[in-house]
Amino acid sequence: MGWAIALHGGAGDIPVDLPTDKRAPREATLRRCLDLGVAALKAGHSPLDVVELVARELENCPYFNAGRGSVLTTNGTVEMEASIMDGTSKGCGCVSGLTTVVNPISLARVVMEKTPHIYLAFDGAEAFAREQGLETRDQSYFITEQNIERLKQAKEANRVQIDYTQPQPIKEQAIPRSEGDSQIGTVGCVAVDRNGNLASATSTGKMVGRIGDTPVIGAGTYANTICAVSATGKGESIIRNTIARDVAALMEYKGLSLKDAANQVIANAPKGTVGLVAVTDKGDVAMPFNTTGMFRACAVEDGHSEIAIW
Amino acid sequence: MAKWAIAIHGGAGVDPNLPEQRQEEAKRLLSRCLQIGVDTLKARQSAVDVVELVVRELESDPMFNSGRGSALTAKGTVEMEASIMDGRQRRCGAVSGLTTVKNPVSLARLVMDRSPHSYLAFAGAEEFAREQGVETVDNSYFITEENIGMLKLAKEANTILFDYRIPLPGADTCSASVGSLVPDTSLQMNGLPISIYSPETVGCVVVDSTGNCAAATSTGGLMNKKSGRIGDSPLIGSGTYACDLCAISCTGEGEAIIRSTLARDVAAVMEYKGLNLQEAVDFVVKERLDEGQAGLIAVSRNGEVACKFNSNGMFRGCATEDGYMEVGIWE
Repeated sequence: MGWAIALHGGAGDIPVDLPTDKRAPREATLRRCLDLGVAALKAGHSPLDVVELVARELENCPYFNAGRGSVLTTNGTVEMEASIMDGTSKGCGCVSGLTTVVNPISLARVVMEKTPHIYLAFDGAEAFAREQGLETRDQSYFITEQNIERLKQAKEANRVQIDYTQPQPIKEQAIPRSEGDSQIGTVGCVAVDRNGNLASATSTGKMVGRIGDTPVIGAGTYANTICAVSATGKGESIIRNTIARDVAALMEYKGLSLKDAANQVIANAPKGTVGLVAVTDKGDVAMPFNTTGMFRACAVEDGHSEIAIW
Repeated sequence: MAKWAIAIHGGAGVDPNLPEQRQEEAKRLLSRCLQIGVDTLKARQSAVDVVELVVRELESDPMFNSGRGSALTAKGTVEMEASIMDGRQRRCGAVSGLTTVKNPVSLARLVMDRSPHSYLAFAGAEEFAREQGVETVDNSYFITEENIGMLKLAKEANTILFDYRIPLPGADTCSASVGSLVPDTSLQMNGLPISIYSPETVGCVVVDSTGNCAAATSTGGLMNKKSGRIGDSPLIGSGTYACDLCAISCTGEGEAIIRSTLARDVAAVMEYKGLNLQEAVDFVVKERLDEGQAGLIAVSRNGEVACKFNSNGMFRGCATEDGYMEVGIWE
């Protein structure tokens, strides 16, 4: 036994010929976040602190779809959601509909620790963030040049499909695939300390007015005394398959190992829709996915560590 | 041909001093809605149609905490949420933060059937409602005099334990104990004395004559909640769940239900531990709620029905094809 940590930057249709200039900064971020998490675990920080810390770092990185760098709606706006769960107490905190909070995962933690509620959203969540003095920034902070360019290209691509004689209003829609990035939703982190305490955190950018799997406990995030799970991929698939909860349920109720439970859950979801990272109280790690790739990294106390995409 | 079965609830956590008259009114409403469900099942409607229809009835009546008669937010407004799940393929739809949609459960159904998404909320949900042309009304439609009174009591209960110098407004008209002016602070749900607490949520679970299961849950949420607070009712796996084995709808302390993914767990222990419906329901309520108070209703594809709660009462009704039909409040 010993500590273990796993994190992801999203699963999806990541093309295997991803150019170096897109691949390198993402791998570097995964490396940096892994090192941060490992250092915190070695220093004896609680898994809850560790997953929050790592998720914040991932949110701050503009290359992944969470916090800064979140995918844009056709209005060019950003809306974020996140959830965190403490496996020991089963306490949870969730937020949705954030537009100015720099670190959604931290607001989720404050909801968990400072309110009798679990889930706050939209105006209520934004107001609470201000009450609690969390860092907020203007929308422009979250919008990266890269995403503006991508939005522009997407709109142009759409215009080509539309009959020029009848200009159509472009409704709210997801940015169509380009370089696989827009399919990449979500960042997440799971950790276990030497005492077997577990925690999970997940954060993402979303289309306006829509809630995905990320803030839904049991779907995108789950932690109890047996394992901690963070999922990524197609929201609908993760919600109806209660992905995160099912990994734990298979271990708990059917006695499966983490590897078998995680693989079964992934296999039962439609191909190309989900990935997850998970750790157990014994320090096991699993990072299965049924998409083309998943940005991921993990490390365990005995020294083994890994950073991968496909 | 499978046997149909239906269960409905009007919330868990009932004031033990609820006046007899109120109890009778509640049982009449439960009987009426149960009968509607039974009639549509006999007419071979699908499970998902039946749960939507029955929950619409429960939402429209101001007695329970959903739709009209919803609990009020701290601001004195109503914010409603709901979810629906079709056990065939486990399709689902959920909505939160509704302020003008007359029947939240129907909007949740539209999210499931007519949008590529699973969950819409606040402005996005309201916009979708308009696009879909569902019936909308002013927020004041959902607010009842009684709940305005309750909100006031809830605020007092939250700030001070109890000040005897302050006369309780409307103590003779609202459903707080008529015989006693002191809120029963010994029994609490979600931090509120039970006489003020508004049992959260209404729900319905059904297995139809083809053996398909469906579940739906709808609520106004916690009395005096922060605006923007989301509870368990719209969360698939927590307040609502349906698969090919069973369907579940939960009610009670939302935070406890979410933490224990209560609805999903009933199905999971059936699926992974091979328990039957009643065993699964007993196990989950006993072992998974920790210190939380909640209740749930469930049906299985075999035509079984089960209700269980660890709270003080749960408004409920059940009926099966072999003629069993019962409504109740207490143990």
